[in-house]
Amino acid sequence: MILQEQMTIQSIREVADRIYEMVLEGNLVNEISAPGQFVHIRVNDTYEPLLRRPISIASFDRDSGRMTLLFRAEGRGTGLLAQKAPGSAVNVLGPLGNGFSPDQSEPGSTALLIGGGIGVPPLYQLSKELTARGVHCIHVLGFQSASAVFYEKEFAALGETRIVTADGTAGEQGFVTDSLRRNPVDFSAYYTCGPTPMLQAIQAAYPDKQGFLSFEQRMGCGIGACFACVCKTQDSDTRPYVKVCSDGPVFPAGVVAI
Amino acid sequence: MNRLAVELPGLSLKNPIMPASGCFGFGKEYGNLYDLSELGAIMIKATTLKSRFGNPTPRVAETAAGMLNAIGLQNPGLDKVLAEELPRLEQYDVPIIANVAGSEVEDYVQVAEHISKARNVHALELNISCPNVKCGGIAFGTDPVLAGELTAAVKAVSSVPVYVKLSPNVADITVIAKAVEAAGADGITMINTLVGMRLDRKTGRPVIANKTGGLSGPAVKPVAIRMIYEVSRAVDIPIIGMGGVSDTGDVIDFLSAGASAVAVGTANFVNPFVCPEIIRELPAVLDELGVDHITELIGRSHAL
Ligand SMILES: Cc1cc2nc3c(=O)[nH]c(=O)nc-3n(C[C@H](O)[C@H](O)[C@H](O)COP(=O)(O)OP(=O)(O)OC[C@H]3O[C@@H](n4cnc5c(N)ncnc54)[C@H](O)[C@@H]3O)c2cc1C
Ligand SMILES: Cc1cc2nc3c(=O)[nH]c(=O)nc-3n(C[C@H](O)[C@H](O)[C@H](O)COP(=O)(O)O)c2cc1C
Ligand code: FES
Repeated sequence: MILQEQMTIQSIREVADRIYEMVLEGNLVNEISAPGQFVHIRVNDTYEPLLRRPISIASFDRDSGRMTLLFRAEGRGTGLLAQKAPGSAVNVLGPLGNGFSPDQSEPGSTALLIGGGIGVPPLYQLSKELTARGVHCIHVLGFQSASAVFYEKEFAALGETRIVTADGTAGEQGFVTDSLRRNPVDFSAYYTCGPTPMLQAIQAAYPDKQGFLSFEQRMGCGIGACFACVCKTQDSDTRPYVKVCSDGPVFPAGVVAI
Repeated sequence: MNRLAVELPGLSLKNPIMPASGCFGFGKEYGNLYDLSELGAIMIKATTLKSRFGNPTPRVAETAAGMLNAIGLQNPGLDKVLAEELPRLEQYDVPIIANVAGSEVEDYVQVAEHISKARNVHALELNISCPNVKCGGIAFGTDPVLAGELTAAVKAVSSVPVYVKLSPNVADITVIAKAVEAAGADGITMINTLVGMRLDRKTGRPVIANKTGGLSGPAVKPVAIRMIYEVSRAVDIPIIGMGGVSDTGDVIDFLSAGASAVAVGTANFVNPFVCPEIIRELPAVLDELGVDHITELIGRSHAL
């Protein structure tokens, strides 16, 4: 069920340059059903900024009723969010959308998790759940530069983790797809979240693999009512469009036309 | 006595609050959040004869206290709306106002004729004001002769009262209002969005793929209030007002300006529970104002 709740900020800290980790507590956490779902946040109760901001759930724990978000202070909304103090409340709508299904990977198999920038966060909960199922996870995480890298240790604790930076200041230089071309990995399914050009390159690189991609679109309602976030599909006869907010944000490879 | 009840052509509203067209889909998503029977009515997403995909994305952009949208009337088309969307809404005790759009008179006439026969459709809202489609829409809403002809053609086939949704993108909105009244409109809904544009600071290019979009939200409220004030003095048919309504205070302002009921659009995106919250808060606001019945507030701004 989707709730609108004043969630309490348990902690907030800058984990990399302008990247914030925020831990929130509330009943909404009980409703989360899959890694890759997101929440729609109202950063304050004035008309400025007006719209909510979509942010992925990076991890959650039902027992403590807490979830973690990782976001970049990008523009006005996320900038204000980054200034919130622990103990204060923030208006959260969620959980929204359909996430990744960890049960698509068999125990003992290998999964490739590819993240780009602020697309990395939802892969963390996914990796935790896959690893718990006995799936072997390989993480390939792309960032702009060393200062933008976050959660390297956390991912490394779950499996092999490759860091790739555009400017070469940390890990390998280039894009995640360059790294995978140079050093291919053997895997049975891939899971990815990041900028659309990256998703496009990955889908093109692995046409024969089972893959799941998480998309971004500008949103209005976040719940499927306003048609702001639609994407064209590859098979437009049977299903002409999908809505990222309520049909996605995660889709199997080959569904969304990119 | 229900202090919030309002009687309008075709509509016995248990309260004067309804979601605005395009901001509530066909009710399915919000129906998962609360009981839609609480609403005065529902204005469903624009329906066209054939299904429409709409415009490329990005389709929305935030602006100061508002937003621009260029959805482009995406909808599943008349047949699907009749077969799936309207029947699903029958489980609720709420009248539906069907928003009708098209690019030619004949499209409007066909949609209006069929959709007005649906059991739960109690009124039509003729959308002659969508700024986001190439032909039709706003072309009818900015020309009093075309607006009148279209209204008359739809009136001739509709089984329910016809409200005409006016565009604020005109020099004198009372001219269009009088034209549709003369052509037989039973009511007016206003305002649709104001055409606007937002540029990307880095590239200098428009953020919205369609380049221009319709401005809505609190930013447009003063324009809506002024236009409702003018139109309510110029015509004798009732007005359903909209444009930036976000709380009970706004509702009072719209009624005072001359609207008989109020629709809530963009605010649903900010707070999906805004409509039932307003409805629940209204009686206390009437007490504060020392008013027995909500209809006493209609047109207070006109008092000399
Ligand atoms: C499903 C989903 C999950 C996301 N998860 C995360 C996450 O975990 N961490 C993170 O840092 N970011 C995430 N994003 C991106 C995040 O929503 C944007 O960075 C944020 O909305 C920017 O808001 P702003 O106020 O900082 O920027 P502004 O430029 O002020 O935003 C203006 C408007 O554009 C929208 N917008 C701007 N950039 C984006 C974008 N990339 N995607 C969608 N809307 C955008 C805003 O929501 C707002 O309506 C996610 C986006 C989506 C769609
Ligand atoms: C995303 C979006 C979609 C809309 N779609 C329609 C539509 O299909 N038909 C219509 O008549 N008006 C449409 N509108 C206009 C609204 O019904 C309303 O007239 C306008 O947004 C002003 O009210 P508001 O400020 O409360 O949103 C749309 C508005 C928005 C924001
Ligand atoms: S954001 Fe409104 S339909 Fe997806």
